[in-house]
Amino acid sequence: MGKFEIKNADLYYNDFHALKNINLDIPQKQITAFIGPSGCGKSTLLKSLNRMNDLIEGCKITGEFLLDGEDIYGNMDVNLLRKRVGMVFQKPNPFPMSVYDNIAFGPRTHGIHSKSKLDDIVEKSLRNAAIWEEVKDRLKKSALGLSGGQQQRLCIARALAVEPEVLLMDEPTSALDPISTSKIEDLVLEIKREYTIIIVTHNMQQATRISDRTAFFLLGEVVEYDQTENLFSMPKDKRTEDYITGRFG
Amino acid sequence: MSRQKLIEKAMEILFLICALTSIIAVLLICIFLFANGVPAMSKIGVFNFLLGTKWTPQDIPASFGIFPMILGSIYVTAGAIIIGVPIGILTSVFMAKMCPKPLYKILKPAVELLAGIPSIVYGFFGLVLLVPLIRETFGGKGTSMLTASILLGIMILPTIIGVSESSIRAVPDSYYEGALALGATHERAVFFTVLPAAKSGILAGVVLGIGRAIGETMAVIMVAGNQPRMPAGILKGVRTMTANIVIEMGYAADLHREALIATGVVLFVFILIINLAFSLLKRKVD
Repeated sequence: MGKFEIKNADLYYNDFHALKNINLDIPQKQITAFIGPSGCGKSTLLKSLNRMNDLIEGCKITGEFLLDGEDIYGNMDVNLLRKRVGMVFQKPNPFPMSVYDNIAFGPRTHGIHSKSKLDDIVEKSLRNAAIWEEVKDRLKKSALGLSGGQQQRLCIARALAVEPEVLLMDEPTSALDPISTSKIEDLVLEIKREYTIIIVTHNMQQATRISDRTAFFLLGEVVEYDQTENLFSMPKDKRTEDYITGRFG
Repeated sequence: MSRQKLIEKAMEILFLICALTSIIAVLLICIFLFANGVPAMSKIGVFNFLLGTKWTPQDIPASFGIFPMILGSIYVTAGAIIIGVPIGILTSVFMAKMCPKPLYKILKPAVELLAGIPSIVYGFFGLVLLVPLIRETFGGKGTSMLTASILLGIMILPTIIGVSESSIRAVPDSYYEGALALGATHERAVFFTVLPAAKSGILAGVVLGIGRAIGETMAVIMVAGNQPRMPAGILKGVRTMTANIVIEMGYAADLHREALIATGVVLFVFILIINLAFSLLKRKVD
């Protein structure tokens, strides 16, 4: 049984059928990549996993989303769900406050106010996100002064600070330069020992470099879901083959 | 081609003239005020004028100290800020982030209407409703610093709400979503990420509100009591600088008249200081 089990999931934006009968079993402490052309529903599915779709008016979801066997659309407290399932966004979105306060925001939200505890969490999270050395002398300065790549690693550190079990990443490197991208990829590989990671990416090389399993999405359906190696070397479905060989998308 | 260029040039100049109109207006006001007010100030003595506690223009010899009125303006404005700013900011947060749509459709026009009500109508409202209320609740005459503060606090609400609301709406959703994704509640996300991001805009609203409060005249005259003496308590009457000018301008002559214009100079300097403080604050925030 996986960390996340998605069973017969359908999602509608008003009349638009955005996800069609999705069945996925996402393994623990591995990296699962969602690939596919724009508008195929991969980000939509990702946002369903921490219920960020709740913010969108007219969004209706059916089916089961089981986190450790418990339906996240059932009785689970949504804020607690989002503590367990963290998220990193496409565009780095540090809060307009200091580096320290950015990282401490999550722990403070969940009731940690002791200065020494927060100091520990901040340092540990920043180290985990491989950005401690770069920001340790400017913890009290605004996070908006960091470079794009640093901001994104800060956002990863911020997500890690609440000790999630799952980390959702929505095209986390699409706004970054190649060097920052490779730093983030190294970082993701590093933290998968402790976290279950689901990453949406447009970049197929990235999926092959870092992910253990890959799901290929097309028009709201999962066409193929397999070990990354298998999916890219011997795709079973003709549409997957066309996509990964660059015939469309 | 050259004809087209000529027209373009002419239009450019026309636009420039339009743009200069407001600058010229400010300059003319400055010149007029200072030319008429400053000589009076030196005749009375700057110290005697600004810090003198006695305003008795009809006495012989007359005494022109506007310190009571300066304090009056400051106190009444401070009271308005204490009442208006928290209510205004919380209202704008509610309108931008929490208000159900059907209610918003009523609330928004209501706030806009509040901005459009003439100040004399506010004055009547204060006179008929607030003054008796204060009199019966706290005693005294009812026309007082407190009454004026409450009324002004209400009057600056639409300014603060309007500017704050639009600056809250201008904050990118990514802050809000980022906070939610960390498990924050809606309220926490709004108050600890969205609101700080809207800080400079909200500050602008507050400063505009202060400007409105300190310059307000008609409504204040009707509820403040207007005794030209040192403010003696929040339930006692108070006279502001604006009230001083309006009440006496009709019959003032010679030095008395000039002293009133000099009061206008002081008021003008106050507004300048507020604007300056605002741009300094804004630069710090940015």
